[in-house]
Amino acid sequence: MHHSIEVEHLSFSYPDGHPALQDVCLSLAPGEKAALVGPNGAGKSTLILHLNGILSGEGSVRICGMPVEAKNLGRVRAAVGLVFQNPDDQLFSPTVFEDVAFGPLYQGLPAAHVERRVKEALAAVGMEAYAGRVSHHLSAGEKKRIAIATVLSMQPEVLVLDEPTAGLDPRARRALIHLLRDLPMTMLVSSHDLAMVQEILPRIIILDEGRVVADDRTARLMNESSLLEAHGLEKP
Amino acid sequence: MHVHFLDPYQAGSSPVHALDARVKFILATAFILTASLTPNAAWAVYILLLALVLAVEHLSGLGIGYVLKRSVLALPFVLAAIPVIFTDGERVLFAFSLGSLTVSAHAEGLVRFFSIVLKSWLSVQAAIVLAGSTPFPQLQQAMRAVRLPRLLVAMFGLMWRYLFVLADEALRLMRARSARSGHSAEPGLKPGGSLAWRARVTGGMAGNLFLRALERSERIYLAMAARGYDGEIRTLPLPALRRGAWSVLGFGLAVLFLLLLSGILLRG
Repeated sequence: MHHSIEVEHLSFSYPDGHPALQDVCLSLAPGEKAALVGPNGAGKSTLILHLNGILSGEGSVRICGMPVEAKNLGRVRAAVGLVFQNPDDQLFSPTVFEDVAFGPLYQGLPAAHVERRVKEALAAVGMEAYAGRVSHHLSAGEKKRIAIATVLSMQPEVLVLDEPTAGLDPRARRALIHLLRDLPMTMLVSSHDLAMVQEILPRIIILDEGRVVADDRTARLMNESSLLEAHGLEKP
Repeated sequence: MHVHFLDPYQAGSSPVHALDARVKFILATAFILTASLTPNAAWAVYILLLALVLAVEHLSGLGIGYVLKRSVLALPFVLAAIPVIFTDGERVLFAFSLGSLTVSAHAEGLVRFFSIVLKSWLSVQAAIVLAGSTPFPQLQQAMRAVRLPRLLVAMFGLMWRYLFVLADEALRLMRARSARSGHSAEPGLKPGGSLAWRARVTGGMAGNLFLRALERSERIYLAMAARGYDGEIRTLPLPALRRGAWSVLGFGLAVLFLLLLSGILLRG
């Protein structure tokens, strides 16, 4: 049985020499849901970009047993659904339908198959009625859901989300929490929203200055106020 | 995660870096003017101009190699000068036929072509040294100081400021695209989609980028208007030029003028 995500001794520096990740190790079992928390600039987004080979550092990253390297990139990118923080980056097509269809179309699936995938993905996020809409004109909460649909249509094994609740109003945030709670796949969620983490993610990985400083059950870490504060976090 | 490669400025402590930006701006402009006003085929003057710009490149610590590499940027523009080989002059070098059309290359045209190539190459080098040794804000101040229209300077400034933002945005869009460019586990499927489809996706991305640039420009304008912008950018007055800077300016302009004069006399 392989893990969904296995990161071993991963280090990465940006071209300007700034070290963003230092000897990061973590693994997620299939179906496990974990939060990746830490202050701004801790390396959360950098780590996320390693999970499907957009960035590559020293050390090893394996997704569903496949090493993330040039010859596997296509399979890895189909297996990891990466939802970026800013949905505007994710939605680059004229209509919602085309955006959600991008992944399946790229994979070369037949047209009928693509349509079914799009329908299912939009249904999963409760946005079936939006297929023909222009992404540009949606609200932040709607864009976020569509952004999630664009990766669900690829039927990934792992869902990685960067700050999914940032900038949402309470109702949109609540709807998103329910959506994430009901999705069955392995999930790694980078967030500052510890209340959301407490509600749906049983495990927390704290990243600070590019290192994993804590990795434990959410229930346990939430009681360690001094640890949370030391890494710029606040107990909800 | 930002795009850095666009910024041509290279920090340094050379005398060229230390020279007042206004002097550099005027001298670089004068150099470009001299190069373009020098008559065709004044090869001796071109060589002197080249020696001059190479010396400044060396002095600036940017490195001759660095500037020459960047000056390759000028090459595509040279293509625009190719027609003069065929349209200018009397002495036919060679001729070939294109269908019913006979095209002949002329010696005079060739001379003119090479002159244009050399001149643009020299000018681009001067511009590279200027941009490489002067931080952009100082360059902008210099443009204001020499009374370039303020609106134009403000436009340069905003362009430079938001080019990076836009490039970052484009980078993120492309990143989001590659994140979803996966291969199916089903055997026998060819990933990548058709060329037309990929072109359509890229077109969508370009359109998106344009819309966002437009929206951002509106937000920027509102933010400027909210702080009292009325179409006029006001800045603190610049200190007067120091005596050293004045002498560099005078000397530089005199050398360039002499070069230009000798170019005209040599040909005349």
